[in-house]
Amino acid sequence: MSQKIDLDHGRFRQIIRGKIKQNLRKYISQGEMIAKKGKDTVAIPLPQVEIPHFKHGDKQQGGVGQGDGEVGDSLGQDGQQQPGAGQAGDRPGDHLLDVEVSLQELAEIMGEELELPRIQPKGTEKIVAWKDKYSGIRSTGPESLRHFRRTYRQAMRRQIAMGTYDPKNPVIIPIRDDKRYRSWRSEPIPQSNAVIVYMMDVSGSMGDEQKEIVRIESFWIDTWLRSQYHGIESRYIIHDAMAKEVDRDTFFRTRESGGTMISSAYKLCAKLISEEYPADLWNIYPFHFSDGDNWSVDDTHTCVELLKKEILPYVNLFCYGQVESPYGSGQFIKDLTEHFDEDERVVTSEIKGKDAIMDSIKEFLGKGR
Amino acid sequence: MSIKRFPAYLRDMQEELEGYARAFGLDFFPIVYEVLDYKTMNEVAAYGGFPTRYPHWRFGMDYEQLSKSYEWGLSKIYEMVINTNPAYAYLLEGNSLTDQKIVMAHVCAHVDFFKNNYFFSKTNRKMIDGMANHASRVRRAMARHGQEAVEDFVDTCLSIENLIDPMSAYIVRHRDKKRDDDDEDDQSDKSGRLRAKGYMESFINPPEYLAAQKKKREEEEKRAKRRFPESPQRDVLRFLIEYAPLEHWQRDVLEIVRDEAYYFAPQAMTKILNEGWASYWHSKILTEKALTAAEVIDYADANSGVLATSPGRLNPYKLGVELLRNVEERWNKGQFGKEWDECDSMEQKRNWDRRTGLGMRRLFEVRKLYNDITFIDEFFTLEFCIEQKFYQFGFSERSGNWEIMSREFKKVKDQLLRMLTNRGQPVIVVDDGNFENRSELLLRHVHEGTDLDGAQARDTLRNVAKLWTRPVNLLTKFEGKGKLLRCEDGNLSERSAEYG
Repeated sequence: MSQKIDLDHGRFRQIIRGKIKQNLRKYISQGEMIAKKGKDTVAIPLPQVEIPHFKHGDKQQGGVGQGDGEVGDSLGQDGQQQPGAGQAGDRPGDHLLDVEVSLQELAEIMGEELELPRIQPKGTEKIVAWKDKYSGIRSTGPESLRHFRRTYRQAMRRQIAMGTYDPKNPVIIPIRDDKRYRSWRSEPIPQSNAVIVYMMDVSGSMGDEQKEIVRIESFWIDTWLRSQYHGIESRYIIHDAMAKEVDRDTFFRTRESGGTMISSAYKLCAKLISEEYPADLWNIYPFHFSDGDNWSVDDTHTCVELLKKEILPYVNLFCYGQVESPYGSGQFIKDLTEHFDEDERVVTSEIKGKDAIMDSIKEFLGKGR
Repeated sequence: MSIKRFPAYLRDMQEELEGYARAFGLDFFPIVYEVLDYKTMNEVAAYGGFPTRYPHWRFGMDYEQLSKSYEWGLSKIYEMVINTNPAYAYLLEGNSLTDQKIVMAHVCAHVDFFKNNYFFSKTNRKMIDGMANHASRVRRAMARHGQEAVEDFVDTCLSIENLIDPMSAYIVRHRDKKRDDDDEDDQSDKSGRLRAKGYMESFINPPEYLAAQKKKREEEEKRAKRRFPESPQRDVLRFLIEYAPLEHWQRDVLEIVRDEAYYFAPQAMTKILNEGWASYWHSKILTEKALTAAEVIDYADANSGVLATSPGRLNPYKLGVELLRNVEERWNKGQFGKEWDECDSMEQKRNWDRRTGLGMRRLFEVRKLYNDITFIDEFFTLEFCIEQKFYQFGFSERSGNWEIMSREFKKVKDQLLRMLTNRGQPVIVVDDGNFENRSELLLRHVHEGTDLDGAQARDTLRNVAKLWTRPVNLLTKFEGKGKLLRCEDGNLSERSAEYG
């Protein structure tokens, strides 16, 4: 039975969704939110959900407490939040309302706001998993799966038919034939797999701000793709003149210096794909972030070749995001557009700053591939 | 809602405890208990005890917060009781029997308080029906005018739900003019003519006199007209209901919000006394009558949880029960009256015992006639303040921390009283409904030493403007300087102004 409160609660969540949607751009460009990430929910502080009232300002007000302590002792020990503003005790202090939203929901909101299309995964017809499901009733089975109500009904039906049922003394005794058991069926779960390969340029020209942008953007891309696929895998590659695969933490933290050979990352990426992710079973999304400053024209040429021959044939989408940096020349994006302007598997995007993250995400994911 | 049947063993327990309570002299409405699982409990709590309330997202928000803090083990609602006749009380399924005993004793005392305390005497004891009625009115409005529109309007009304005059139920603020007076005034004063026999007319009512009377009267009328309302009105909601250009359904919604605000006001006014009274009795009934030896530890554990204090927080249960016990002791020992007040020797006071034995009688008087303010004002003494280690705290700009400011009796008491005045809410009055003769509204914040929360005040003002439809002004003080906030067509402006 649905409770009355569910309606009000649903309405509340709806209002929150609206508020989040309005301010999505702000939230998305704030890195700190990701830091608050719990297991799969994020806490979003929403100031405007509560109804405003005329009330006393906090700081002048003070209050009365009870207990030990000298004059001048701080009350904020053991990491407590500020004391409730003395409202006769039982009201919580005023703070922003932290609303919890699951990442799934957030991705949906982002999808709605950016009008991202649902991704059509490839490889859906490949059966990957079987799942057992209770689907019916049968007359044999283990006692642990006995269906009490159906058994009872069957026994009652039989007794009535046989005339042994006495309404005044309604004792129902099931016999062997009355027993009913749950039965199950194994169903194929069509599953599509996806892997995201993040590549980032960590050469000397990529500063903290640039990395922050990459971090935020890849978080949201990750969130969106996760909402579209079950069992998504992420791989992380960093490169300067050499490329190596790292874990997520290192990916966002490392600051190397040195030159830039983008081809090294593409080589590693191609190797990953060919060795671990057969293209007919996997949806593959390589993302590359750089400031667009490559070592040499030759290397750029190698990159284009690699893309054409060893990466593009296997992937759903290849995304290149170029973060604006005071040091980089920003040449690489031009080279890519020159070679792949016609190819709709390649998406490039220039990210000018934190505010541009949303638009960039839209460019990347707006195609629904 | 899933309501569990009230089990027989709890019924027996209820009978037993109510027997003890009656024997002690408590006098309560019949109590109907319902056992709820925690989900339903949170639901009912979110609705302020009334499952039949009108639909609104705020209840959903409260529900989410309650559920979370329950699931995280931060808080748990043991019990809830609402002020109706019969009184409905909710028990949490799965509480230990000792807990249920405490709760039932506690509830008996609450209901006794609802029934007998003067400040609850004007409340609607059929409020369950009242709330259901409100809900159906709100739903009807939603069906006719759309959920969004009605919801927005409810939000707007709720924003000012605290602008009522909680004392107005007990005193007469405005006397309706007596009709026959009016008639007489009309007849005799219209022309200013005094009654006179025909031949005396020219002597008693000479033309000059009549002219002077007429002028005087016109001036009076003019002056009365200039002031609207005639005196500042604290019941802003009522003023808006009467004079704001609202549609029928809007007025209806505003009336609902006002009704419920008045219904809940006495609870806010008597929080300390009510909880103290209930805690006093649950501990008395349990320790003197109802506890078995096996339950003592559980009881002590639960009781200490209820009465726990933490830095920077005032526990109304603790303050209430301690102060009541203090009163009982003082009246038992005769520590009151002129002689006591004039005694300066602490030593003498400490050993003062006249064996008057009036404690219990006094307690029942207190529960009948007092509210939090009068209770604290009259009984919160220097001795009590020291014994209970009260302190006053505040925000220290220097350290950026909340700090203990003082243990001085006067400061502590003043702070307490200030917090309780007008239920801790700022006093806002309607000063002028025709401000600057432009049918604007002028609200005034009666500044009692604490500034308003500026951001919230601005947002709230915006909501008042929605109701009034013409520009709305708020006169207040920020950091000692008079300020006039003004909201016109949703735009806020601010200028300094004379605050007098």
